[in-house]
Formats: sequence, structure tokens, C-alpha cells
Amino acid sequence: MSGPLLELEDIHVAYGKVEAVRGINLKLDEGRITTVIGANGAGKTTLLSAAAGLLPWRGRAQYQGRDLARMSAEDRVERGFCLVPEQRALFGDMPVLDNLLLGAYVRRRDKTFVRKSLESVFEQFPRLAERRAQEAQTLSGGERQMLAIGRALMSQPRLLLLDEPSLGLAPTIVRDVLTRVRGLRDQGVSILLVEQNARAALDVADHAYVMDTGEFVLEGPASDLATDPRVIATYLGGSSD
Amino acid sequence: MTWDIMLILLVDGLSTGAIYLLAGLGFVLVFSVTRVIFIPSGDIAAFAALTLAAFQSRMIPGSIWLVAGMAVLACLAECTTLLRNGAARQVPRAIFFYAVLPLIPCGVGLAIASHDVPEALRIATTIGLILPMGVLIDRLTLRPLADASTLILFIVAIAVHFLIAGIGLIAFGPEGVRTTPILDGMVPLPGDILIPAQQVLMMVVALLLSLVFYLFFGRSITGKALRATASNRVGARLMGIRPERAAAAAYLIASALAAVVGILIAPITTMYYDSGFMIGLKASVGAIIGGMASYPITAIGSVFIGILESWASFVASDYKEIIIFSVVIPVLIWRSFAVHRDSDEEIEELA
Ligand SMILES: Nc1ncnc2c1ncn2[C@@H]1O[C@H](COP(=O)(O)OP(=O)(O)OP(=O)(O)O)[C@@H](O)[C@H]1O
Ligand SMILES: [Mg+2]
Repeated sequence: MSGPLLELEDIHVAYGKVEAVRGINLKLDEGRITTVIGANGAGKTTLLSAAAGLLPWRGRAQYQGRDLARMSAEDRVERGFCLVPEQRALFGDMPVLDNLLLGAYVRRRDKTFVRKSLESVFEQFPRLAERRAQEAQTLSGGERQMLAIGRALMSQPRLLLLDEPSLGLAPTIVRDVLTRVRGLRDQGVSILLVEQNARAALDVADHAYVMDTGEFVLEGPASDLATDPRVIATYLGGSSD
Repeated sequence: MTWDIMLILLVDGLSTGAIYLLAGLGFVLVFSVTRVIFIPSGDIAAFAALTLAAFQSRMIPGSIWLVAGMAVLACLAECTTLLRNGAARQVPRAIFFYAVLPLIPCGVGLAIASHDVPEALRIATTIGLILPMGVLIDRLTLRPLADASTLILFIVAIAVHFLIAGIGLIAFGPEGVRTTPILDGMVPLPGDILIPAQQVLMMVVALLLSLVFYLFFGRSITGKALRATASNRVGARLMGIRPERAAAAAYLIASALAAVVGILIAPITTMYYDSGFMIGLKASVGAIIGGMASYPITAIGSVFIGILESWASFVASDYKEIIIFSVVIPVLIWRSFAVHRDSDEEIEELA
């Protein structure tokens, strides 16, 4: 397909009268990791929720060349557009296995597909296989993260939006999660990654946007932004040497 | 109280409890998926009884016009919404589900009403007519308020009950009915006690349907999708589970349960157009005991209410309603402690 997989133009999202996202333009190319970094409250989660169809928004948005304004959140999922939200939104009172099976809900009629997906998720996250009968709400923070990502992978999405997949994880596990994200990209999944941990995100991403109070203030190849003095000063928490 | 009387009261209580159990499962299901305490399900049960009674006396039941009218209105409402949202492509689907499907049992009902047909066909047609009621009532009254608070939804559900009961008076008239029992005769129990076969049927049906319910929610992916919607609505949407369809499925199942309730209870209780309210209210006590969330506890609660009712009508018939509803107060107190504990845990979890 020609053109970007996801294209957002002049997107505005408001909570009541307060605009949390103000005129965002974003192009996301197929098979790449695009990241959005920014401080707390910059509007990253708001942007992802709106893109996934959970919040009303204004502007123009296309996914696979289709107008997103005419697609519900559920329509997007059917077309391989999946969000792992910041809150994870697991089915806490249901076992891990059911959470995963529901991840493939849109492909439920294809039993072989569901079985293969499940095998591949269990292969990537052996911990989930061990805990398949455990209720999701009793998992540890890291396991929950794995379940949220694993559940989204069950439908074998084309575009995965990840809202802070490393939230609350130990630094070594953060690396691990982000390595997996890169692995997903190598399998052909396009990824929009929102991260608090800017250094790690820029390491793993191909392209990056920097968000500040509802607007994108910088954009460029991730490797360029990682060495940009403004980014270093504000987000990489370092003296720009 | 002699042993015999106790046994009879127990059987009586269990069969009443079976009715509350079926209705209670519907309450919990609809509430957990939509946050609506669906009081009108009692009216739907009463309409099932009145419909079957009409068929048995070779009359055209008022529910045919009721369902047909609601189907047309709901279809119009749905199509208007779709067109306004620029989703014209979904209009045929809406017409099929909101108008064509509900009109099929109406047609069958008209065809069989004045004929001598097997009882099974009458029962099947009655269930077919009752099935769409929950979905249609929801579409016409509650769906536009889907985002309102639980309290608003509850108040509207009560208002809807009065509206529906009023329409029931027009559709069915003020006369009470009793249907002929599905099973005649008595079943002997040890100790020379005879119990009506209809009561045995009530218990057996409740057990079987509970089992089906259990298997559906435990095993099938559709059942799990409903539980998922109840568990985390946003999470369910992100899996592609449409909340409107989950709600429709919940209302469909609850209506089916209400239909069974009405059909089972009509041979042993005289049913009027407004008899459903009390049944619904008492069944909701069982569901409240289950915290509107737990099916097993609702089941136990409903059976308890049934036994309490039969015991109360024996020792203090005039006070039986008071006794039953008095149970609600300690239950609510106990529940509110439980809920506080739960929400504390939730807050800790978020922090
Ligand atoms: N439901 C809401 N109602 C009102 N304001 C909101 C709501 N959700 C978020 N906001 C506000 O919108 C702004 C952007 O929030 P958002 O969650 O998108 O930030 P974020 O970039 O994801 O931050 P973080 O890195 O902390 O997750 C914040 O100022 C926040 O307070
Ligand atoms: Mg956020």
C-alpha cells in the first residue's frame, strides 16, 4: 500500500472546554516504530485514546487510506488497529487464558488462527502460559503488562498502539519489553509507542515526535532526536554536553 | 409445625425460589453488562403468562400488537440514528434485527391464535414473542441514556415499568388469567406427601437453565465476551466487542428467562397485567443478595427468598411481603460493608 498506514491531520481533542490535544499532525509508516515522547500531562494518552476511537476528536484521520471518522473503536480492531491502553483494561476477574482468547475475539470463528496465536503468545511470554488459569487481577505488575500486550497480539494486529508499556517496571525489564517491541516490528507489526522513558523509547524507535502541552514541538528520526540538545536538556534529563 | 408441613413448605419455597432464581440471573446479567436494574423484566414475565393464556383461549394476545408496534418504533429510531451518523450501510441490518426478526413471531402468533395447535407450539410462539421485548424496550427507552448514572438508569427503569404496565392494561385488559399446567397431576414424595408436578417442573427447568447459563458463560466465547463487557467495558471495546450488541444479547437472554418465568408461574398463580412488578421486585432481592454481580450467590439468595416467602405465607400470610423486603435491609447493610472493602482495594490497586 502506498502512503502512510496512519495519518493524522490537525487533530484536536478536548475534555469539555479544555483542549488536551491541539492540532496534531502525525504520519506513521508501515513496518516502523514511531514514538511520541513528552512530559506528564502532555496529552499522549489523550491522543492515543482518540486515535483508537475511545474519545471524540476533530480533524482528519486516515488508517489504511480509510477515514477514521467513520470507524468505531470496534471497527478499527476488526481492521487490525489495536491499542494497549495506559490502564491496561484487563478483564480482572477472568483467567489469563480467557483474557487472551478474548484478544482474538474478532477472529473467533477461525479456530486454527486462535490456536496458532495463542501458541505464539505463549512462546513469547512463557510466564503467561504458566499462569494461564490465574485471575488477571492477581498477576504482578509486570505480568499484567505482558498480558495486556499478549492479549493485543492475539488478533495479530497490523498497527499496535502501546501506551507506556514499561510503566511501573524495573529498568532491566523495561529494556526487555522494548526489545520485544522491536521484535514485533521485525515481524511486520507497525507500532506507535508512547513512553515516559524517553531514552529507551528513542533507542528502540525509528521515528519520533516530541509532545508538549498538546502539541508536537519536534519531529524527526529517532536517532537524530536522541542527540538533539533540546531533547537532551528537557527529556533525557541530562546536561547537554 | 409438623414434618409434613415443613416438607410441603420447603417444596413450595424451592419452586418459588426457582422462579426468582431464573429472574434473578436475568437481573444480574443485564445489570453487569449495562448497569440497568431491569425492573420491567417482571412485566415481561407477566406478559408471557398473559400471552400463553390468550393462545390457550384461542384469542389473539395483545403482545402481538405491542411487539409489532415497538419493533416499528425501534427500527425507526435505530435507522434515524444510523443515518444521522452517516452509517447508511448499516440500515438494512438494523431493519432486519429491529423489525423483521421481531415481526416473525407476531406473524406466527396471528396464524395460530384461532386454531387448535399443539401446546408446544403455543409455548414456543409465546417465547418467540417475548424474546425481543427486552431489546426493544431498551432501544426505545434506556439506550439513549446509556451514559447516564446508575441512579438515573434505575429511576428510568422504574418509570418504564409503569409505562409498560399501562400499555399491558390496554393490550391484555384487566382480567386475571391462569394457564393450564404444562404438567398435570401430583408427584408422590416419601411420607405420603403429594406435590404438584408443575412445581417439580419449575425446579427442574430452573436447574437445567442454570446449567445452560453456567456453560454458556464459562465455555462459549460469546458468553465470555459478555462477561468481559461487564468486567471492563473499555477493554472489551478494544477487543472489538461492541457494547450495544453485548447489551442486546443480555436483554435477549433476560427476556428469555422472563418468558420461562411467566410460563412456569401462570398455572399456579393468577396473573394480571401488573403482576410482574412484585415478581421482579422479589427476584431483585435475590440479585441484590448477589450484589448484582455474583450468579452463584444470586442463586442461593433467590432460593432463600423463595423459602422465606412460603414460610412467611404460612405463618403470617398478611405480612409476607413485609417479611421478604425486610430482608433487604440487613443485606444492604452487609453489602455496603463488602462494597466499601472492595472499593478500598480498588483504590489501593490504582495508587
Ligand atoms: N478525563 C479527563 N478529563 C479532564 N481532563 C483530562 C482527562 N484526562 C486527561 N485530562 C487532562 O488532559 C491532559 C493530558 O492528559 P494525558 O493523560 O493525555 O497526558 P499524558 O501525556 O498521557 O501524561 P502521562 O505521561 O502522565 O501519562 C492532562 O492535563 C490531563 O489532566
Ligand atoms: Mg499517559
